[in-house]
Amino acid sequence: MAFALTPEREQQVDDVLTRYPERRAALLPVLWLCQRQNGWISPDVVGYVAERLELSTSIVKGVVTFYTMFFDEPVGENVVWVCRTLSCDLRGGKAIQERLESKLGCTAGHTSSDGKFTLLKAECLAACGQAPMVQINDYYFENLDLELLDRIIDAHAVKGGEAAAAEFSTFATFRAPTGGDGGSRGSVSSAPPPPSPEAVRLASQPPPPADEKGDES
Amino acid sequence: MSAPTKPLLTSRFGIDESWKLANAERAGAYRIARQALTSRKPADLKNEVKNANIRGRGGAGFPAGVKWGFLNKKEGEEIYLVINADESEPGTFKDRSIMDLDPHRLIEGAIISCFAIDAHVAYIYVRGELAFSIGRLEQAIADARQAGYLGERPFGIDHAIEVYVHSGAGAYICGEETALLNSLEGRRGEPRLKPPFPAVKGAFGMPTIVNNVETIASVPDIVEMGGDAWSSLSRLPLDGGIRIYGVSGHVKNPGLFEAPVGITMRELIEDYAGGMLGDRPLKAVIPGGSSTPVLDPRRKVDAPAEAHPLHKWHGQSEIDVPMGVDTYRALGTMLGTCCAIVMDDTVNMVEACRNLMRFYKHESCGQCTPCREGTGWLVDVLDNLCEGRGKVEDVELLVDISNNMMGNTICAFADGTAMPMLGMVQKFRDEFMEAATRGVPEGVRHDESVRAMVEGRA
Repeated sequence: MAFALTPEREQQVDDVLTRYPERRAALLPVLWLCQRQNGWISPDVVGYVAERLELSTSIVKGVVTFYTMFFDEPVGENVVWVCRTLSCDLRGGKAIQERLESKLGCTAGHTSSDGKFTLLKAECLAACGQAPMVQINDYYFENLDLELLDRIIDAHAVKGGEAAAAEFSTFATFRAPTGGDGGSRGSVSSAPPPPSPEAVRLASQPPPPADEKGDES
Repeated sequence: MSAPTKPLLTSRFGIDESWKLANAERAGAYRIARQALTSRKPADLKNEVKNANIRGRGGAGFPAGVKWGFLNKKEGEEIYLVINADESEPGTFKDRSIMDLDPHRLIEGAIISCFAIDAHVAYIYVRGELAFSIGRLEQAIADARQAGYLGERPFGIDHAIEVYVHSGAGAYICGEETALLNSLEGRRGEPRLKPPFPAVKGAFGMPTIVNNVETIASVPDIVEMGGDAWSSLSRLPLDGGIRIYGVSGHVKNPGLFEAPVGITMRELIEDYAGGMLGDRPLKAVIPGGSSTPVLDPRRKVDAPAEAHPLHKWHGQSEIDVPMGVDTYRALGTMLGTCCAIVMDDTVNMVEACRNLMRFYKHESCGQCTPCREGTGWLVDVLDNLCEGRGKVEDVELLVDISNNMMGNTICAFADGTAMPMLGMVQKFRDEFMEAATRGVPEGVRHDESVRAMVEGRA
């Protein structure tokens, strides 16, 4: 069956096309819209995108295979990217990966037998100060230890990705300086307890956790 | 150390829901853009950025004002501003904080910059993993547009400006400016041959300025204070202002800190990041992202000649040299993105090196043979060394492979792999020789020291 975007997403494609002087530049944004709807870039999706943007299927396929985030085969309900690069490794990233492998029952690069999780190794996800961390679907989960990791995975399995992200995911937060008067020594981190992205528009940022000393110096 | 200065770039990070337009505006957002667009001349604004001596915050440290000066628009051409938010260099995590906590500062910087360089469209290229940051930026752009700060007549003047977010999809190489342009145009993210440089022929074949997020986010402060005043916040000449420093790895308080350009690595680790985790000795620090050669605190600056740029620090530890683009170049490393990876004495440097070289092997785009093959070969040799299959000759082989990668490829990726590799061997040769004869014994691998922490036992 041929792939088609929903009417809302078709509208988004039309909007995206106005942003660039060349039609081809919409390729990455349109692939993202398709992957969000379909879960992966199937051959049907490649055919659809090629036709929509007036490109050959080989050009579309060549772009899809270049980028690690475009999946050219089906993935589980949740995609877990575990960062393996140095800053995470220095803070226990390997233990996080091993725990994920035993908990999900599959090695990195594979999907759990119940189809709920695909586990992938990631190169540096630019959250080094909050290591170790994982990305699950669209969200970051930082300052992990094994106990927190277990709760995050369980929440994904039971409540689904969006609800789990609302509870546990992190974005950059500010830790006010202590022992100074608004000096530049304040620190930015994603210190727990993590604010939920859903609550981001509603709530103010959490106070620094009681056990964090801030950075007096 | 000097007293903390008043925060500039991060001044709105701490306010409630700082990413919302109303809150950001109450704290001063868009005031400078309004004033710049309605009462100042583009050439005047360009001049402020030049006088600010701001060195590009993406890692190469090229003076942004000089880069802007390369533009020479011809009849029928359109100038583009492209903002590089493909932050992916291992150890680097500063730009995300600006996008998450003060997206309006970035947009305000983009508006002023577009007006200054005569661009009408800015693309912010954000790495695809940062879906959350992308959402926040898009909301902020929509709100700024609604308020009349973007669109056909921003602040009522006759200079249309649009800012668009373009999401990447997972590729470190897209942080290289010409690979980024290819990716923006819907192509594979493979770097282009230079020249032509982007300022002459960039996005869609048009003159283009590619600047880092932090560089553009600094523009409002530069314009408000004046380039000279902003520049003098730095402790160093010709390397102006303040910047965001990051620290990850074995410190008590990993995180981001705003400070003047020119603080030392020792200050950054001890005064800002709270000192070493568990008060263990500092063994090595990668100063500004994984492509910058490692610093060894035991090594002394060797600059007896008075004319040497580092003569003032002759005999002092490498980590006591002020962190600047030129000082670090003289030290044989690079300032990079100013985000340090700190390692204590439990780290085996051959293992650390293998970790990083795996990154480069994975991320090489594969266009050029020395890079594609060299990165894989380095990993093979390091695997042998770590797993007890190594030979003494392997240490020289690492050097030889690296030397054959440098300068032989289209972009700087291969150099960015070879330089830290050579630095590791040069500064920690003993450990490589030991690995060649004995492998890397269990127990000194760097994950062991923090395993207890992750398991909740420490």
